Amino acid sequence: MKLMKSLLAATAILALAAGAAQAKQLVFCSEASPAHFDPGPTTGGNDFDASAHTMYDGLAAFVPGSTDVEPGLAESWEVSPDGLEITFKLRAGVKFHTQPYFTPTRDFNADDVIFSFERQYKEDNPYFAYLANLTWDYYQGMDMPRYVKEIVKVDDLTVKFVLSEPNAPMVANLAMPFGSIVSKEYADQLTAAGTPELLSTQPVGTGPFKFVDYQLDSVIRYAANEEYFGGKPAIDDLIFAITPDQSVRAQKLIAGECDIIPYPAPADVPMLQANENLTVLEQEGLNIGYMSYNVTEAPFDNVKVRKALSMAIDKQAIVDAVYQGAGQVAKNLIPPTMWSYNNTVADDTYDVEGAKALLAEAGVTELTTDLWAMPVSRPYNPNAQRVAEMIQADWAAIGVTANIVTYEWTEYRERGKAEGRKGPFQIGWTGDNGDPDNFFATLFSCSAIGVSNYSFWCNEEFEDLIQKAKVTADPAERTALYEQAQVIFKAEEPALTLAHSKVFVPMNKRVTGFVQSPLGDHVFDNVDVTE
Amino acid sequence: MISYIFRRLLLIVPTVIGISICAFAFVRLLPGDPILAMAGEHGVTPERYEILKEAFGYNLPIWQQYLNYLGSVLTGDFGVSLGTKRPVLNEFMILFPATVELALCAILLATLVGIPAGVLAAVRRGSWLDQGTMGLALTGYSMPIFWWGLLLIMFFSSYLGWTPVSGRIALNFFLRPITGFMTIDSLLYGNWPAFVSALRHLILPTVVLATIPLAVIARQTRSAMLEVLGDDYVRTARAKGLSPRRVINVHALRNALIPVVTTIGLQVGALMAGAILTETIFSWPGIGKWMIESILKRDYPVVQSGLLLIALIIMAVNLIVDLLYAVINPRIRVR
Repeated sequence: MKLMKSLLAATAILALAAGAAQAKQLVFCSEASPAHFDPGPTTGGNDFDASAHTMYDGLAAFVPGSTDVEPGLAESWEVSPDGLEITFKLRAGVKFHTQPYFTPTRDFNADDVIFSFERQYKEDNPYFAYLANLTWDYYQGMDMPRYVKEIVKVDDLTVKFVLSEPNAPMVANLAMPFGSIVSKEYADQLTAAGTPELLSTQPVGTGPFKFVDYQLDSVIRYAANEEYFGGKPAIDDLIFAITPDQSVRAQKLIAGECDIIPYPAPADVPMLQANENLTVLEQEGLNIGYMSYNVTEAPFDNVKVRKALSMAIDKQAIVDAVYQGAGQVAKNLIPPTMWSYNNTVADDTYDVEGAKALLAEAGVTELTTDLWAMPVSRPYNPNAQRVAEMIQADWAAIGVTANIVTYEWTEYRERGKAEGRKGPFQIGWTGDNGDPDNFFATLFSCSAIGVSNYSFWCNEEFEDLIQKAKVTADPAERTALYEQAQVIFKAEEPALTLAHSKVFVPMNKRVTGFVQSPLGDHVFDNVDVTE
Repeated sequence: MISYIFRRLLLIVPTVIGISICAFAFVRLLPGDPILAMAGEHGVTPERYEILKEAFGYNLPIWQQYLNYLGSVLTGDFGVSLGTKRPVLNEFMILFPATVELALCAILLATLVGIPAGVLAAVRRGSWLDQGTMGLALTGYSMPIFWWGLLLIMFFSSYLGWTPVSGRIALNFFLRPITGFMTIDSLLYGNWPAFVSALRHLILPTVVLATIPLAVIARQTRSAMLEVLGDDYVRTARAKGLSPRRVINVHALRNALIPVVTTIGLQVGALMAGAILTETIFSWPGIGKWMIESILKRDYPVVQSGLLLIALIIMAVNLIVDLLYAVINPRIRVR
């Protein structure tokens, strides 16, 4: 009977496929299987591409190709003068996806917004723990519980976020994947049916594509959402072919089995660029590779020592050798493409003699230290071991002996955060929401010590500036504060800023309209293919 | 025979307990921590870390965690993946057919090519054919699987365009799984082009996965044949004036096959190990790829239960092979 049913279903699908022979299809060879399709609790870039960016929308959205925020499901918003209330005017007439498993009876409204956020922090919400071991990592990670006091429904199309203290990056946070709006009506239907877990496997959103099917670890299929408020996408069928190996992805692209691939191996990029059937987009990544000095441990507590060690490193040589043309030397913590980048900051010049003199001035002779190298390749640092070896050689020239240490990746970060860690620590960061706060406060605020401040650096002046910038609404004022913070950062040298790397997206020439996102998102609403 | 099977089944119990302890300990001995792995580069505050640890039950003493685990396994609950939040057994059942389909093709290829190659090498002992075959077998045995797979993809898929690069079937075929075996499903749907596509997708991964077992089987067949060919009864058969073909195929090979069958059974473990790399290269949605990704994510429930399930299957296959052994070798039945 089950077989019979399947056969009938298959015949139906085949008939559909035959009818839609002219359908435009785009194959994206994604890098990993999504954990599931609920955009709230997932944390990986591959999860976001498979759910938030394809099937969902947030109140706000990032302008394609930029980190500027534009209206999404909210038409507009208004921040109260004291910065404690943000009132969103919602878009009218937005439809949730109609699926074999769900038919919406009403349009998107304020209840959906409130439900989407309350489930992330209200323990009595039925969806707070609807899956086993569920954690809301981004809601927590972006510090939302500290700022969001209450979310109030003013009327069906007006929602007010009441904050406990002003927070300028809040709207940008809401544009992030965890801010995706899910259907409360659908969630209630699932609760009534006793199958809430289906929210994560049979998604219903408002986004440009509708879910069709997922074959575990293999293929995800989507169909264009005819009713999308932003207009029906040009492609009819969007397919994610999950292809974890970098080199195999490149081969699939060459063989025409994929139209777009993310994250090619740096070594494959020249080969792909040389292929006449392909285009390789490239963009400065919203990232930073750096090396944190532990400012609480001697002799790194002395700024002269930190400066001397940084001056002794030939950063350009490292970028040339390790990033192979896909990076640029970083002088600030934030990349040049980000607003408030302070171009007047002068980087430490590579000066061996100067470094020696400065070290002598600090009274340090015969320094032997650990030098930490990450065990994994990350977009901001493709080969930390090689970087460590080059730094080791540079330091040998000023009489400093470095012993390279490394651990398994989670262990590495854990030991890096441990109080009393010896020696400089390589690490890096890729931005979440395009706000400078996401770099400065996340990585070097006092409260990030023990979480992601690997320098244990808590500088009063710097802290004042970034905290003030966080609660200031005026962009010009914020820019001035962050520019000042970058000056202090360079003068104090809590970390050596090494490089910003480029990100590549290779694709078939038949693909048009794909815009690379500085946040690493892969978004397909405006993509088309020429036959 | 019945008591033999019964004894073998009984032996499975302590083995399973042993394996569950090993699998449980193995994943915890790995450096790294599932909670930190989940939190990613954002990190978690120490307070939140403690909350999560308690929520996941990782704050309990290790023996208690193990007993809880064993208790749920005995009731058929293999836990829930930390990443996908799906039941481990459910994922295993979805992915397992893909691995079996590939492994069966590989073992078939390895046997069908390995045994004749071994026989030929033994019969022509010392000839260039023997040396060539054994040289190739040694090369195959020492082949780095990942490199070999990529090499085949680059040549046959990208350069010649004869085979697809990866996946199980061309993406324009959309078949909802019935048995989970793509070749069988496409036939059940009566979709001939889909069947052809599924076969074409099987070629390269089968060759890659079969490479090592093929080499082992060929070498084992050769040495077993050489041993048998020197035996008295073979000389007698020759003296009786039987044709060389009959002597080799009937008298020698049938006896030489006994150790070879055991070898083939033991290759099941090797196939599982090989599947990890082969499936990763060919984006084959099977349990090998699933396991390796779970290990990287420190997904404790998947790793410990996945290992246990794989071990159970290997034990079952070995039991079947041993029973088969009893069928082709009457001497073992007597014991």
